[in-house]
Order: sequence, then C-alpha cells, then structure tokens
Amino acid sequence: MSLILDHIDKSFETVQALRQVNLEVQEGELFGLIGPDGAGKSTLFRIMASLLIPDSGRCTMLGHDVVKEYREVRQIIGYMPGRFSLYMDLSVEENLAFYARVFGTTVKENYDLIRDVYDQIAPFRKRLAGKLSGGMKQKLALSCALIHRPRVLILDEPTTGVDAVSRREFWDMLKKIQGEGITIVVSTPYMDEAEMCDRVGLIQKGNLMAISDPASLADGSDARLFSLRSNKGVYAYLDQLRKMEGCRHVWLFGDELHVTLRSAADVNQVQSAIREWADDSLEWKSIVPTIEDRFMELLKEEEI
Amino acid sequence: MNRFLGFVKKEFQHIFRDVRTLVILFGLPIVMIVLFGYVVTTEIRDVEVGIWDRSMDQASIRATQKIFSSGYFVPAGYLEREEEIGELFRSGRAKVVVVFEAGFQKHLQTEKGAAIKLITDASDANSAQLAQTYLQGVLMNYFQSLNQNINVPWSVNLHSRMFYNEEMKGAYMFVPGLMALILMLICALMTSVTITREKEFGTMELLLASPLKPREIILGKVTPYVLLSFVNAMTIVVLGNLVFHVPVVGSIWLLMLECMLYITLALSLGVLISTSAKTQQVAMVMSLLGLMLPTILLSGFIFPIDNMPKVLQWFSAIMPARWFIVIVKNIMLKGTGFAFIWKETLILLGMTLFFILAAVKRFKIRLQ
Repeated sequence: MSLILDHIDKSFETVQALRQVNLEVQEGELFGLIGPDGAGKSTLFRIMASLLIPDSGRCTMLGHDVVKEYREVRQIIGYMPGRFSLYMDLSVEENLAFYARVFGTTVKENYDLIRDVYDQIAPFRKRLAGKLSGGMKQKLALSCALIHRPRVLILDEPTTGVDAVSRREFWDMLKKIQGEGITIVVSTPYMDEAEMCDRVGLIQKGNLMAISDPASLADGSDARLFSLRSNKGVYAYLDQLRKMEGCRHVWLFGDELHVTLRSAADVNQVQSAIREWADDSLEWKSIVPTIEDRFMELLKEEEI
Repeated sequence: MNRFLGFVKKEFQHIFRDVRTLVILFGLPIVMIVLFGYVVTTEIRDVEVGIWDRSMDQASIRATQKIFSSGYFVPAGYLEREEEIGELFRSGRAKVVVVFEAGFQKHLQTEKGAAIKLITDASDANSAQLAQTYLQGVLMNYFQSLNQNINVPWSVNLHSRMFYNEEMKGAYMFVPGLMALILMLICALMTSVTITREKEFGTMELLLASPLKPREIILGKVTPYVLLSFVNAMTIVVLGNLVFHVPVVGSIWLLMLECMLYITLALSLGVLISTSAKTQQVAMVMSLLGLMLPTILLSGFIFPIDNMPKVLQWFSAIMPARWFIVIVKNIMLKGTGFAFIWKETLILLGMTLFFILAAVKRFKIRLQ
C-alpha cells in the first residue's frame, strides 16, 4: 500500500477541515480527489506531505508515518502545492537545477523521467518563471516535483487556471508518469478530469464521501435522472420542482435542470405538472448520469 | 554541501536580480554616510553673524576681526539700530548678533570691564547653543591674549584638550554609530524580509516538503548576507577614512572580527523576526520600528547614555549596538587591544548565542 489515511481529523480555529477521513491508495495507482473549493483537499494534501499534523488519526506514506518519520517521507514524495510555488525571479532551468540540488541529485541524472514534460518548456529555459503562461508554469512545477524521482507524487489542483488544451496535455503526462511506477494522488475541481483517474474520491466539507472507479461512480446512482431544458431558461422552474412531492433532488446543471425522483412512479406527476406550465420549448428527458451528477446528488444528500 | 551551495547560489541570484534589494544593500550605506557627514552635522561651520558695533573703536573692531578670522563665522552685515536684529533673524540671514556697547574700549580699561552682548536665534536651539559657546571661546581667547603682559596674581590658566578627537570632529562620532546602525538595518531587515518572502510567495512550503533541514535553509539564506554585510562594513570604514579622515588606530583584523560577530548577531535577530512575521511588510515594520529606532535613540549613537533616565539606561544595555559602538570606538579611535573590550565582546557573543538558539527553536519544520 502506497498511502494509508486512517481516521484523519483536522480542525483550524473555527472550522473542522477534515472529519474522519479514511483512504488507501495502491502503489502505482492514479488517484483523484474531487471537491469544491474549501472542501479540505489542500489540508489533506498538506498532511500527506508532512506539512501539517492531523489532530487525530494516522497517515503513512510507504509505511513511513508522516508525523514521526517526516524526514523519510520528504525524501520519497514529490509535492506540488496548489499555488504556484517556484521562484518567479529565477529562470526555468535555474528553478529546475535548484530543486535538483536541494534533493541531492542533478537534472542530468533523472532527465529521462522529466523529458516528456520538460521538452515542452525547454525552448523557454532561459525565461524567468514569472513570465511563463499558466500551462507552462504547471509543467515546470511538475518537472521540479519529479526531478528527484519521487515514489509518490502529490499534486494539489495542478490544472486549476490552465486552458483546456494544456489540461489535456497535463493529464497525458500524468498517465506516462504513472507508467514509470510512480503513485500519483491528484486533486481537481474539474469533474471531467476524474475520468482519467483509476479511482476517485469525492470530498465535501471535510468528509470523504465515496471512493470508486470513475465509471461506477457515474452509474452508481440508483435514482433515475432526468433533465429539463427550455429556450426561455429553466431557472424559474427550479423552486416549483423543488416543492414537488415526487422530486428528490433538483439542481442547476449548465443551462438545464437535473432532477432525480423518489421513485420511478413519480415521473407521471412531474410530467403532468410540466404540461401545465404551457411552455412549448420545455424538453424533459431521461439521461445517463455523469460523475458530476452523482457528485451533486451526494452533496444534496449531505445537506439533508 | 552541494545542497547548501546550491541554496547560496540561488540566494545570490535573488539579490542581484532585485533592484530594490541592491539599492538598500549598497546605496543605503553610502547615502547615510553622506547624509550624516554633510547634512546632519553637529559641527560649527560658516555661521552667519551680524555685528552691531555701538562704539566703533579700535578694541571692538579688533574683536570683530578676530571673530571672522576664526574660521567658524561669516559676516552677515553691520547693524545700526536695535530693530534690525529682529529683521536679520526673521529673514534668516544671521544666527547670531554680537553687540558691542558704546564706549567699549574706554570701559575695557576700567575695573568694571566692558560688555558684549551675544544674541542668538534659538529657534534651532542646538546650533544656537554651539555657536554661542564657540563665540565665547573666540572672544575669551582674544581678551586673554590682551592681558598677557599684565601680571595678575592668583589667576588660573585653563588648558583643555579633547583626547582622541582633538578637533571635535562629528565624523569620529558618527562613523562607529553608523556602522552599528547600517549593519543592524541591513542584516536584520534583509534576512527577515527574505525569509518571510519565501513564506508569502509559498516557496517555503516546497522547501519544507523537501529533505532540507531547518539549519540548511537558515544558513543558506543568511550566508550571502554575511558576505555582503561584511563588504558593507569595510566600505564604511574606508569611506570614513578617505572622506572624513576617521583613522583606524587599532588592529584592522580585530575590527573585522568584531564586525563579523556583530553581523552574525544582527542576522540571527533577523531570522528570529522572520519566525514570527507572516508577511514581508510585517517583517519590515518589526525590523524598522523594533530595531532601527532603538538603535538610533538608545545606543548612545546620538544621545549620550549618561544623560538618559535610569529606565532608558537599562534598556540601552540590551541594545547590541551600544556595545558594538564602544568596541568600534575603542579600536578605531583609541587603538586599544582585545584586553580592553573583552567584556563588550562577551556580551555580544552571549546575545548572539541567545538569538540563534531562539531562532532555531522557533523555526517551524511544518506550516503550522
């Protein structure tokens, strides 16, 4: 087992950031942690990176306790914080050389590992890190986190604020790194990225809610899911649907409403109500739930 | 070792790429020296003096000539009416007015003596006081020389000498004081700011998550500043010598060693500040208010410690600069050896150890 989190609790002054979090990540696995801002992702990652001490519970990294054996842990992990944390006034290659030296290695020694990532930013190696674009910065940060050939890679929202093309490239690179036998734990606020992971965990308000593979997460919902759309906008119907007896959860999904029902029989009640609203452009249909739907549903259950 | 050198190299890159840092590091000492040397001077030079000579006889004219040939004073005009005194002061053309009474020479020969009135513009009290004292000195000297041939019984001739600073040069005072101030400022301010910068920009998070030990991080950040501050200290000594002719009578090696000790002390103070400051701004304010002001006011640099209230005297005892100034003055001006400054050195050494221990103890190996 690469990473074990055992009943982790962590509170800051007024908020409880993590509640009884349990998690096991296999060696060589690509594990995704999904949740909105403030869900506790960064706190959890900092505990794994030995930067915070949990109030209770235990976290081990390849068998090393992150509190007691933090020195060993710091040797084997590669950590990429949520905020860009390289030196803006150093150039690309200077940053990389610095982190290589800090870990007692050289760029040359592990160049084959970072080649795929670094080749893309190599044309700009003389440029100051502060002058790189968002996607380039993340590639440089990933190179720096990889330069000492860590056994576990901890990436806190590496694709936030990065354009769609760079995001896809970034995930392709993660897949390759995983192929080198490196365990990767990555967090993201983007649902679509979850499908790139072997398994995903959903986190909300400090609770790790469900862990499964992305596909089963998508169809793990037992309630039937419907979507409602209208040319005139659906926002006006949100409250009306919520008041309805048979509707379990209703939420906005882009420019449509997604609805789950308490039982399959309730569909008639809703459909007749919709007809009464006399809006010709209203379109009601049954759909296959995505991870995002599943996640929203779990969130709704949490609120009740 | 390789790890440490990499860190030092990175730190030098930060310093040489940041214009602000460079200006503070190298501009500040030079600006301060020039400022103290030429502007904030306590010396008397070219004070404008107005003369209202109501007798215009040989004695008063000779006395006037003496005043202006002393080198300290320049004529600002000759007055004829009392109202002109006020005008002269208000327009700022004179700082002092000398009034010779009518019939000056005649009275000089009587038992009662002749009277000279010195009127000073005390809106700048310090220079008024100084100018007055100097004028008195010049006049006394002159009239004493007149009496030389007459044998007055039981008279005492007072000869005073100012040892180690015969000419009362301000530079002898401010060069050691400036060294103490600038080194404290640069070392403590720069290190506290540079360490908190890593915290503020989030780069500290990566350093902490790496196998670097706290002492490697601290030493790596501090070493470049040790070297640069030492260069600075020597610049001040050289500038003081070339521009203001402040000598180094004692051993230059001893002076360097003491400078290194003081630099180490100031740096460890900077590290200590950085352990409690979260942002660069807080660190800057803490360094400036908490270190620079007390160093200027309480170290004996500007205000004599003996004249302070008892409570402030105790405070001045915990100012590292106070002891360093004593050491520097001893070496530079008196030329004394280590035997006379070991006590002060020991105090500085003790303070340094205390600050280093406190800084290392307070340095966090985690984010919280």
